Parts: sequence; C-alpha cells; structure tokens
Amino acid sequence: MTTQQESPVSAVISIQVENESGALARVIGLFSGRGYNIESLTVAPVDETGRQSRINIVTTATPRVLEQIRAQVDRLVPVYRVSVMTAADPHVAREMALVKVIASGERRADALRIAQAFRAHPVDASATSFVFELTGATDKLDAFIDLMRPLGLAEVSRTGVAAIARGAAIL
Amino acid sequence: MNAASHQTDLKPQAAGTDTTVPSGAEVLLRVLVEQGVEVIFGYPGGAVLPIYDALFRQNAIRHVLVRHEQAAVHAAEAYARSTGRVGVVLVTSGPGATNTVTGLLDAMLDSIPVVCFSGQVGVPLIGTDAFQEADTTGITRPATKYNYLVRRPEDVAPCVHEAFHIARSGRPGPVLVDLPKNIMVGPAPYSDAPRVPHPSYHPQTEPGRDVIARAVAAMKGARCPLFYTGGGIINAGPGASTALRRLVEKTGFPCTSTLMGLGAMPAGDRRFLGMLGMHGTYEANMATHGCDVLIALGSRFDDRVTGRLDAFSPGSFKIHADIDPSQINKIVRVDVGIVGDARRVIEMMLEEWDCTPANTRQPIDMAQWWHQINEWRRIDSLGFSQDMAPDAIIRPQYAIRRLHELATATGRDTYVSTEVGQHQMWAAQHFGFDKPNRWLTSGGLGTMGYGLPAAVGAQVAHPDALVIDIAGEASTLMNIQELSTIAQYRLPVKVFILNNQYMGMVRQWQELLHESRYSESYSAALPDFVKLAESFHGRGLRATRVGELDGVIAEMLAHPGPVVADICVAQDENCYPMIPSGAAHNQMLLGPDQDDEISAEGRMLV
Repeated sequence: MTTQQESPVSAVISIQVENESGALARVIGLFSGRGYNIESLTVAPVDETGRQSRINIVTTATPRVLEQIRAQVDRLVPVYRVSVMTAADPHVAREMALVKVIASGERRADALRIAQAFRAHPVDASATSFVFELTGATDKLDAFIDLMRPLGLAEVSRTGVAAIARGAAIL
Repeated sequence: MNAASHQTDLKPQAAGTDTTVPSGAEVLLRVLVEQGVEVIFGYPGGAVLPIYDALFRQNAIRHVLVRHEQAAVHAAEAYARSTGRVGVVLVTSGPGATNTVTGLLDAMLDSIPVVCFSGQVGVPLIGTDAFQEADTTGITRPATKYNYLVRRPEDVAPCVHEAFHIARSGRPGPVLVDLPKNIMVGPAPYSDAPRVPHPSYHPQTEPGRDVIARAVAAMKGARCPLFYTGGGIINAGPGASTALRRLVEKTGFPCTSTLMGLGAMPAGDRRFLGMLGMHGTYEANMATHGCDVLIALGSRFDDRVTGRLDAFSPGSFKIHADIDPSQINKIVRVDVGIVGDARRVIEMMLEEWDCTPANTRQPIDMAQWWHQINEWRRIDSLGFSQDMAPDAIIRPQYAIRRLHELATATGRDTYVSTEVGQHQMWAAQHFGFDKPNRWLTSGGLGTMGYGLPAAVGAQVAHPDALVIDIAGEASTLMNIQELSTIAQYRLPVKVFILNNQYMGMVRQWQELLHESRYSESYSAALPDFVKLAESFHGRGLRATRVGELDGVIAEMLAHPGPVVADICVAQDENCYPMIPSGAAHNQMLLGPDQDDEISAEGRMLV
C-alpha cells in the first residue's frame, strides 16, 4: 500500500441504471453509507423505452477513492455501466441554472447586460424581476451567479451536471 | 414429495373465486419448490397469514418455527453455510422484518446466500402508517445484496426466481422480497424462471488467463511465498477446498487462513500455519509480514487480518483473487488482481503451474523459508498452561482442546457454531477443522447471539451430525430463546458454554485500553444454565474443575438430545496471541506479561 496521500480531484460519475424502484436510492445510499461526497446529482431516463436512466454525480475524491466508488457502484444489481470522468478524461459537462434577479433602475440594466454577455436568456420578466436561463460548465454558472449577487440575486435553481465523453467513446 | 407431484397438489387448493388461478402465496410456494427449497425458518404474523395458510396445506416444504426473527436468519445462514444451498426465511411485516436486519447484515458481511421473505401491508395501505407497516425495502437496502417490493401479482414468480439467482450467484449474499398481503391473497400468474434473470446483473466468475499467467509467473519466482485464503474458498463449494489442497501440495507453499476460511485446509496439514490476524498464530502473522509473494484467495484484507495497514506484509508482491471486483485494491494495493470464482481461479493456477517451465527457483530458497517458519512455530503461540490437578480451574483453551479431541473420537461428522468473543477466537485456534462448511461463525459483523440459532440451522440441515455451539455465557443469552426451538424439534444440539462470568473480549480490551475499569462487562445475575436447560426440556451439565471436564464432555456427546454444558472456566484468561490495535504483524503480544502501551491511534480503532 502506498502511504503517500493522493490529492482529491473533481470527477463526474456517470451511471447507467435499470429504471426500477429504488435504483437511485441504492446509488445515493451507497455514497452516504460509505462516506463519499455528492456535490450535485442528475437523473433522467435516457433510452427509447424508458427502461434505463443515467445518473450523473459530481464528487471530489482521491483517485484511489474514485476507483472504489466506481467498483462499489458497479456491483449494485441495477447498474449496467459506470464511468468516472476527471479533468484527465476528455468529456463535456454542462448544467443549467434558472437565476431570479429582483432589481430596478440601473441594476436592472446591468443585470440584463451581463446576462447577454453570458448568453443567459431571460425566460421570465416582470416590472421588478428577471428569470435568466443559463447553460454551461459549472464554473461559468458560478461566475454568472456571483456577478448577479450585488445586482439583486434572489433565487437560484440549478440542475446539476450532465456529462458525456468526447469523441466516439460511449459509456 | 417431488416437485411434480407438489404442483398437482397445489391446483385444487387455489384460493379466491377463480379455482384455476393460484393465489400469490401458492405461486410463491411453487417457485420455492422449484428452487429446491426444503426448509423455511420463520415466524408468522398478520401480513404473512396467507403464506402460512398455503404452507399448512402442502407437504413439500418444512417450516421451522424460531422464537425470534433474528434467529431465523442466523439459522438460515448456518443452513446455507453448512450445505452450500440458499437459506430461506419467512417473517411478517413491521417488527418481524426489522428483527431480521441484524441477521441480514451478518449474511451480507460474510457473503452467505439467504432469501428472506417479509410480509407487507396491502399495496393500497403502503405509505399510510398502517398497523405493522415498515419501509422494509428502505430499511434493508444497505443490509442486503438486493431487495424487492412486489407490487404486482405477475411479478411474484419472476421476482422470487430472480431473488434466488442473485442470492447464490457471484458474491453470495442476502436478498429480501417484501410481499404485500393483498398480492399474496389475490390471484397471481405463475411463470418459469426468467431466461435473463436481471438485465444489468452479470457477475464475472471466469478469471482471465492473462492475469492467472502473471500470478503464476510471480509464484514461480517466489522465495518466501504464502497463500492467504478466506471465506470465498468455502463459498465456492467443497471443490474449491479440494483444489486448494492440491495447489498447496503442488507448490509446496505455506498457507494461512482467515477466520471465515477455516476448514478449507485441514488444520493438521504440515503446510497450514493456522489463522492469521489479530488472534492468529505467530507463524501465520510473521509469515504474512515476511513473505515475498502473498497470494490472497477469496479473502478481503479485513482490518482484523491486516492490523496496521502501512506495515501489512511490506515488500511482498501481492496477488488478490476475489469474485467481487470492488474488493481488489479496496484496502491494500495489489500487483495482480484476479476477478473470478475461487475454485476456477485455483484450478486455472494449477493448470498454469503445470504448463509453464519450472524456471530459475532454487529448492534451497524454499527450504530456508520453511526453516524460518518452523522456527516461528517453535514459539508455540497457542500454548497455555493447564494445571491437571483434579480440583484445578479449567482453562477455556483446554476445554476446547478436550472437546475437539473427544468429539473427533466419536467419529461423527461435526459442525461447530460460535457466538462472538473470546470463546470464538479460542474455538478458531484450538478446534481443528479438517473439512470446509463445518465452521459456522459470525466474522464480519461479529454478531453476539449468532451461535445458538446457527446450531439450529445446522442441525436441521444435518439431523444425524454432531452440532456444537461453542458459546460464551454473555453471547448465548442474546438468543437463548432458541432453546425452545431446539426443544420443539428435538434437535440434539450441544451448547458448550465457556462461562467466565464476563463479556470476556470486552473485559480484555478494558484491561488493554482502559486500565481494567470493567465498565458493564461483568455478567451479573446469570441464570443457572443447568436448570435453564432442564426448563427447556434438555439436559443440563456443569463442570467447575478439570477433573469433571472429560466426564461432562463425554456425557454431553453421548446424550441423544439437546444438552447445555456450563463449563465454568478461569475468569481472568485472555485471548492470545494478539496483535494490539494499531500494531503490525511482527509486533504481536504472546501473553499477558507482554502488554505494551497501545498507541494513541490504536486506541481509536475498534
């Protein structure tokens, strides 16, 4: 066994599961039960029949723990396949946020201008508020939300990350 | 009665208005018969009344009524462990189901195939806090390999077939099937076992040739090799033990075993070093520490085995074969990981060993290794002193040695279960097992109260065998109600209590770590075990001095019915050798005079 401490890295765990009762609970129960961290979570059916769902979990762990997460998740009965994507593995990871900003006057104009720069679309507007829809990498969403903070940021709803490998490789 | 005649029996019993369609309960029992189930361990209740009614009206499956649902699971575990078949449990909803949780987790950690059927309130009542309702699948999810809530009648047959497949295949484990009452009462279609049991479940059992070749190449270059075998060998069937004995013979390598693997190698084999780990032998632990190639087969580097991790077998080339891929590199980084069934792994190693050239290893190297091992053996780490004056106090180790010798002399096939604690370790050290599947103990979970119901399960499976529960007085009280089960079914179980009036292992650790402040570890207000046995319609015996021991054991073994033997042993005896928490394999304590200060990190460990 190596005694040197490996440093934690961020990773997306993508899990293809049978879409059955309790499948999500098994996966997230494994994370909490074994002390693995969940930073974000997405899940939705992804095949034409709705029999299979894909779960994406963002976590931060050492490479050794990531390997354990992969192996532990893979042995769950309803799991078909698991992949662990870190910065070293070419992949695309996106999430979507709905950001409500309540502002008037100059702050309202500033918010709209910054939204345009970020390609965030106003999907709802009232005399005193906007709801922006923004899609992108997690750090882009973070940056946008940070900029909205002094301009009247009121509420944020984020989807969590959906990820997929680049190129012809599939899960 | 065979399965075919049973099916015809079931037809006229079909419940409900439509006499041609069986009820869910009848479909359940039909699938059980097809799965080869002969015995169910269970306890009735409101939600499973339809199943018990269907059981009443058939003769293919026996039901053993336990006195607590936890005991049903332990009995089923021992039944499974001692036969290689799947153990079956039937309990009611709510408290019936929650009482099984300890047993299910015990089976999970020791990889024992058990299928547990729990009753559930009717589907329309689920989620309403109905009487005896529990979220059983939620509660048991982390305690089972897999579980089901059967919501539709057409799912009964496929789910039950699949449950057996999942319990016994791959790394075996417990599977729970939660059965709502209305599904059991109402009509349900029967269907055969599905061709694809579960679309996403495909355990790998066949190891890769390439990794076997790499492993054998390393083994052939070894100077100080060691096999470290575990419960996976037992789970892989008696054929795996046979293959292991051939591999050990062919290679000439020494072999040590975990607690769960005892019996795979004969205890008296000259190449067997005994158990390794916290209470393992000096030679096994020193060999683990000093080997240059460590071959782990069906074992999982449990913390009771490894001791201090950064000092575990330093410098060895490590090969790890396990049927569960998640075990490889979990605790200890290995050089060659092999995923597959232990029997296939060993058989392929044997083939590979024969078909590769004997290369460069000089015989002298192995001779040196064996010389070193025999030097370690001379320490006699399991030694103890027994004063043989007739009035002398009985040493617990001596009691187990004599039990082993006198049981062996009967020539009977012998199964031993244990509770958890000092007596368990002494049994592992001093009761020599020569065959697999004869040793029934709670390893991973360490469940006090396991042994008595386990003896029930083993005796039900092997009515003519000698079944002994080597017990401690504290542990056995945790499931003592099973004496009633033993009486009801006239099971000739022998309960051999090493009574030191302490939770001995707790007391030992209090001595080591807490300056002998015996906080709550004294067994106060014990029952008179002789009278207890008699009140449960059995024979009660007691030995308080060495001079009485052989007579009590002989009488116990000769008695045709159940016996509780209260063996009053030395109260202050501790279990040695011992690797104290936080220490390495080469830092064993061999006896009480050697108690060193335990490190601060060690005190934090369990």
